[in-house]
Amino acid sequence: MEFQIQKETAATVVAVIGRMDAVTAPEYEKKLAGMMDEGEKNFIIDFGKLDYISSAGLRALLMTGKRVKNLGGLMLLANIGGAVKDVFAISGFGTIFPMHDTVQSALGAAEE
Amino acid sequence: MMPEERIRVDAKLDRLEEIIGFVEDCADRFRLEDSRKFGLNIAVEEAVVNICSYAYPDTEGMLDVACRVTDESLVIELSDSGIPFNILTLPDPETDAAIEDREIGGLGGYFIRQFSDAVSYTRRDGMNVLTLLFRRGASIELP
Repeated sequence: MEFQIQKETAATVVAVIGRMDAVTAPEYEKKLAGMMDEGEKNFIIDFGKLDYISSAGLRALLMTGKRVKNLGGLMLLANIGGAVKDVFAISGFGTIFPMHDTVQSALGAAEE
Repeated sequence: MMPEERIRVDAKLDRLEEIIGFVEDCADRFRLEDSRKFGLNIAVEEAVVNICSYAYPDTEGMLDVACRVTDESLVIELSDSGIPFNILTLPDPETDAAIEDREIGGLGGYFIRQFSDAVSYTRRDGMNVLTLLFRRGASIELP
């Protein structure tokens, strides 16, 4: 799992690249926790280059999402496609987080 | 019927990649569609994660992974000698709950059922045996 991080005015855009499974999901939690410790609370998670997600990945999303919510922040998901989208649909996670087709659209929503 | 292939590994998460590689090779021989390999990967991962956590909660143990390929189906059998544990008895999560109410976890057994064409559990000779079956041409149902 790799990350590309881009700080925008309204939010920090975190592109997650590769696989979010039971082995790598803790890396994601750690990465987001580190940024929250530094004061960031608004995130756009870009899943355009995410190849795979299992329940461990969803669990990591939920854990960080709950913390963001407690901080009064925002967590928007963008660019979810293919089989990853099916996993969101089957798990019901598609309704938990606001989902946007593009990072641009998510940024627009974050600015409001 | 083609011969069965099996591997034995430590029931630890750091062996997950090796296990997934093994079952994907079997899926290739079976000519499972690429679109379904994703679900195979998820079902096997969820099974392995739960075996590591619940069959061997305080101890270390082995996990046997066997693949049988027939004309009609790909059968993956995961067996461990841990404490009796049947992931299929866990209730489905509430997939329509809001973030505040959403429980952490509980999706593993649900994913195994959703992404395989058939699944069964049995306790045999002091082992937990979880059997996952995949057919070609079948597709998962989206809600």
